[in-house]
Amino acid sequence: MKILTGNDLASGAVTWWTGQGWSIHVEDAADVGEQGEAILHAEEGARRVNAPYIIDAIATPEGPRPAHIKDRVRALGPTVRPDLTLKPADPTAGEWVI
Amino acid sequence: MYQYDTYDQAIVDARVEEFRDQVRRRLSGEMTEDQFKPLRLMNGLYLQLHAYMLRVAIPYGTLDSRQMHLLGHIARKYDRGYGHFTTRQNIQYNWIKLEECADLLAELAQVEMHAIQTSGNCIRNISSDQYAGAAADEVADPRPWAELLRQWSTFHPEFSYLPRKFKIAVIASPEDRAAMRLHDIGIELVKQDGVLGGRVFVGGGMGRTPMTAPEINPFVRAEDLLSYVEACLRVYNRYGRRDNIYKARIKILVHEIGADEYRRQVTQEFAHVKTLGIDPPLAEFDRISAFFAPPAFETVSDDIDRSDPDFAVWLDQNVKPHKQAGYAIVNISLKPIGGIPGDASADQIDVMADLAKQYSFDELRVTHAQNIVLPHVAKRDLYAVWQRLNVAELADANLDLISDIIACPGLDYCSLANARSIPVAQKIATRFADMERQRDLGELKLKISGCINACGHHHAGHIGILGVDRKGVENYQLTFGGSGAEDVSIGKIIGPGFSEDGVVDAVEKATEVYKSLREGDERFLDTYRRVGLEPFKEAIYG
Repeated sequence: MKILTGNDLASGAVTWWTGQGWSIHVEDAADVGEQGEAILHAEEGARRVNAPYIIDAIATPEGPRPAHIKDRVRALGPTVRPDLTLKPADPTAGEWVI
Repeated sequence: MYQYDTYDQAIVDARVEEFRDQVRRRLSGEMTEDQFKPLRLMNGLYLQLHAYMLRVAIPYGTLDSRQMHLLGHIARKYDRGYGHFTTRQNIQYNWIKLEECADLLAELAQVEMHAIQTSGNCIRNISSDQYAGAAADEVADPRPWAELLRQWSTFHPEFSYLPRKFKIAVIASPEDRAAMRLHDIGIELVKQDGVLGGRVFVGGGMGRTPMTAPEINPFVRAEDLLSYVEACLRVYNRYGRRDNIYKARIKILVHEIGADEYRRQVTQEFAHVKTLGIDPPLAEFDRISAFFAPPAFETVSDDIDRSDPDFAVWLDQNVKPHKQAGYAIVNISLKPIGGIPGDASADQIDVMADLAKQYSFDELRVTHAQNIVLPHVAKRDLYAVWQRLNVAELADANLDLISDIIACPGLDYCSLANARSIPVAQKIATRFADMERQRDLGELKLKISGCINACGHHHAGHIGILGVDRKGVENYQLTFGGSGAEDVSIGKIIGPGFSEDGVVDAVEKATEVYKSLREGDERFLDTYRRVGLEPFKEAIYG
């Protein structure tokens, strides 16, 4: 599957295209199929996200997981600071990242 | 320490307001990211994996307690409670919001700091010896020269759009503590017949094509130094390649045309530049130098009570001789076992600022090895300083040992990285956590980069580790034999790469080979240079 990601323009937070808007949770990411470029163009114009790009992802029961390690690290947060990730209270949250 | 005059303050304040307006226009949509990106980079603001990252300049790594406290304040108010000290003697914050950045920069400007020249193809923050003004072996204080270069390079209209970024280091000791010959220009202040001047080296650097800088001039008189550097830059600006980012650094130019031809062109250009009156009048240089006058040292005892064994260990490892009797240089390690190299919490930053204020004539230094220095501590105060550091978890006695690892942020933070650096550093430090074992190994500089850009200085590591991406999997190459010191050299790749755990095992095997082969006081590097790669390779790859 193909999903879209970028960073929120104002805060810089990692965001994922959900089909209607942007979410900080990769689990919310929508498969954009062949529509990726068109969505990127429109969203850049709408100034909601910075430097968006299309990536390959794998569908899992827990939701989409980016295919490449770099985007998996982006999806959750630094592997060396679990307290600064999106799920600081869950010590197993990063098991799928590496 | 240098203090801004009204001109310095005015240009920094004006820059903040200019950037505030640029941010406003970006957020409102008046500017695209393509238009805005070069502007934010000129103000040190990058977009990294998780957020914007702001790199704040610490000129030649020198700052006072007021500035250090403000760095802690920024960590609390604008970031997530910590900062990361870098291999360029700067600090960077990993979680900055674009909408708050101008306010942050305005607060920095109130303490004479900024984020200019921490990005882009300009002359970057000038680096220097962290022991400047305190080292027993220096021929002069290099900081006035670094400050002069800072003022000269700030917004220099001719050098704001160079082919690539440009890094300058100034030292004044035969012992190189600033990796001087791995800079685009390295200057070593020397004296000839009592006259001060500079040995000028040009064309060093790390990155994907590491090179040590050849000597371009063995002695440039001090009063000609600025003109000579200008001439070096002019030749580069004219002939440096702009068509290929990978061949755009000055090291490529010097390598391709040869040091002799580059020297000839610089000499020719210098003859012209010298007629332009760039070098400051003596009075101006004296004005700058006065800011770096030695502090009011007291006559104090050299005696130190070593009865606390933990203190004695720290004393032997982290405290260095000072040129003033009764004083010492204190190195504060930011490399706790299992910690993140170079990171310090806001509370730790405040502790270091307080200690500088109380015990070090209000001065701190940031080192390119990502540690902090209190340059002027009376020996009678060392135990009190150590006790405070100990409480703040800043008293690791591992300076220059295997756990004093330089590591770039790597794939945990950096958008350029291919592999994580920090977890490797943590695992190696943990493997060698036994301090007696570390001390037995002696000086062993281990440096890790998460990509070929080499921010972690792996080329200059006695043991270097380079993280690469092998089809989406992290892989680590080992290099041996690098040095950033006066015995400068570039490390050599020893063979096929390793997994994260595999590279930790390989490092351990290398230390065992060293222990079995070392002679006398040989360091790891000395043994490697004497016996060559084969015994290490045999043990590691079997």
